[in-house]
Amino acid sequence: MQGLLRHYNPVTAVFVVLSLTALAVSGMRPVFVCNEVITRFIRDGVMVLALIIPITAGMGLNFAIVVGAICAQVGLILAVDYQLGGLESLALIMIVGVALSILLGYLIGLCLNRARGREMITTILIGFLATSMYQLIFMVGYGTIITPRNPEMMLSRGVGIRNMVDLDRFRNLLDSIWVLRFGEIEVPLFMLLVVCFMALGVNYILHTRLGRHFSAVGFSGNRVEALGLDPRLIRIKAIILSTVIACLGHIIFIQNIGMLNVYTAHLNTDIFSCAALLAGGATVTRAKVRHALFGIVLFHTLFVVSPQAGQNLFGNPALGEYFRSFVAYGTIAVALVLNAKNSDKLPRGPWK
Amino acid sequence: MIVRARHVPQMVIAIFLCAMAGGALLLEIPLPWVINDALVRLAMNGVLVLSLVPMLNVGIGINFGLPVAIVAGLLGLCLTVNWRLTGSLGFTMALALSTVIAVCLGEVYGRLLNRVRGREEITATFIGFSFIPLTNFFWATAPFTNPAMLWPIGGIGMRPTIGLKSYFAKILNTWMPLEIGPLTIPCGLLLFFGLCCLLVHLFFKTTPGLAILAIGENEGYARLCGIDVDRMRRLAVILSTVIGAVGICVYAQSYGFIELYDAPMMMAFPAASAILIGGSTTGRATVAQVVAGTFLFHTMYVLSGPLANDLLVPEMAEIFRLMMTTGVILFAMLHHGGRHARPSETL
Repeated sequence: MQGLLRHYNPVTAVFVVLSLTALAVSGMRPVFVCNEVITRFIRDGVMVLALIIPITAGMGLNFAIVVGAICAQVGLILAVDYQLGGLESLALIMIVGVALSILLGYLIGLCLNRARGREMITTILIGFLATSMYQLIFMVGYGTIITPRNPEMMLSRGVGIRNMVDLDRFRNLLDSIWVLRFGEIEVPLFMLLVVCFMALGVNYILHTRLGRHFSAVGFSGNRVEALGLDPRLIRIKAIILSTVIACLGHIIFIQNIGMLNVYTAHLNTDIFSCAALLAGGATVTRAKVRHALFGIVLFHTLFVVSPQAGQNLFGNPALGEYFRSFVAYGTIAVALVLNAKNSDKLPRGPWK
Repeated sequence: MIVRARHVPQMVIAIFLCAMAGGALLLEIPLPWVINDALVRLAMNGVLVLSLVPMLNVGIGINFGLPVAIVAGLLGLCLTVNWRLTGSLGFTMALALSTVIAVCLGEVYGRLLNRVRGREEITATFIGFSFIPLTNFFWATAPFTNPAMLWPIGGIGMRPTIGLKSYFAKILNTWMPLEIGPLTIPCGLLLFFGLCCLLVHLFFKTTPGLAILAIGENEGYARLCGIDVDRMRRLAVILSTVIGAVGICVYAQSYGFIELYDAPMMMAFPAASAILIGGSTTGRATVAQVVAGTFLFHTMYVLSGPLANDLLVPEMAEIFRLMMTTGVILFAMLHHGGRHARPSETL
């Protein structure tokens, strides 16, 4: 039993039971659920992968992937502003987004090096602050300081961007490549390959020299200085990589949705991604690519079916909605409490 | 060098306030109104800010799980309204019920936080966040019977905002008002806030209070002195929860509405920001810092609204407030890592 508990995360077990129960209660067709889960797997997959590297480097859940999402949105808004479209502009968005995420990731890394031991709460606050700054720039700055080129996306008062920007030039640009159909199930093969390729990429990074440095810092913190490594620099690199992957993930997310909710699209990406990763069996100190892939499937199955399950069980879809947000936040809370208990077994310093 | 850097938020806020006061004069925003509002908001939010003190002093850090305490208070308020208790009896009853519920919730919350040493702040944040949808579930199904609180159609589930007008809205605000010219000073409200502050101040002179301070100072040493650290930490968490529950009662009666559902979710952040502006480090807080911080923070709130409306885009006030709130907390996190910091960084 002890061995079983050590190998199989209780959070995952609860998720499997909950998902299957909710699926049975909702009475939804498995084919429909399957299609939805595939869509969401593609949509959110890369974002979840962004969390793995900081966990390996011992910094816990990186809630600042919101900043990566913001970088992606800035790139998209610029593309809409210059009225670009098509694959070339998608490449341009990626370049802008990635460049911005490297810069901001570096800044976040600097911040986190000052806040050692409380990185997670700091990343949450960084996410909030970045959101406010982003809103300030696009709600107030656009039209006053920055002159917009595309009047269509502006609010009628002339200052600030509309809440909703249509991205018909980018909608499903990548999703429609190589779509396979098995009966009623649609599989956008190209995007599935992209997500798997990113997963392999993260896995590869973790096995390179740099990846070994990440896990060394995560395992023994400052003691890697004895090996001639600079833990601060390594942590900064981890955060930069995470932010860049998050930015790419958010571009995929938005082109899948096809609309840009300028002020709200990036919110909660951090919570849902973290919850998905933890549902897959990762902990706050240990995460692998397979946890991420498995977690997305589990988490989103529950997400797809729970409103209908709430409707069937209590006659009120709002209850399913509350259940969903409880699952998202609760997973993280439970993982934090459980993990703290496990880390008791590790050797401690004199006062800790 | 860093000692001076520590006061950057206070200086920024002070400069900001002066600039805004200048702006208010230019735009001829009536000064008595500003002072009045600032005083009301000070006492209205002050108790919530005060609730952070015990947990800061025991070394747990900022109580980002304030929603737990707020829910306890809301439950007390709702029960009182459900039984249609009005006036001062109603308010006293709400306070008493909230306290009882807060003690129960605080006990559980304290036990949880004792399990996550060194990671309390992030865990508290997510305990608070996940507690809100859980209570949403409760609000939507709870068997309350007063139709003033329920959805008019269907009669099941609480409304998101419940008016307290016919119960005990503004009972403290209108108690013993002192009128000086155009100014109306809400003496009753301020007196209640002052009483809470005094009680907390006196608590830290008693034996358990001193034990809590000792743990915050040096946990290992306190343990060697024979202090039951786990019990004292739990006591501090319970105290924080109780004061927070009282705080939301004061807030609700002053605001005139009970706000349920997602409303308490983000309430911890302005409170945390206020106490940090007051100059508390993340390892120690005094009552004076609470009063000063709350006053500065909420005067900024009062002034920024009308100013932004007159000057630029109306949303700007809200964005700016959020930026200030998170910016101050982030600054505190970066500038003194508390007991997590390495010695070279705390000097």
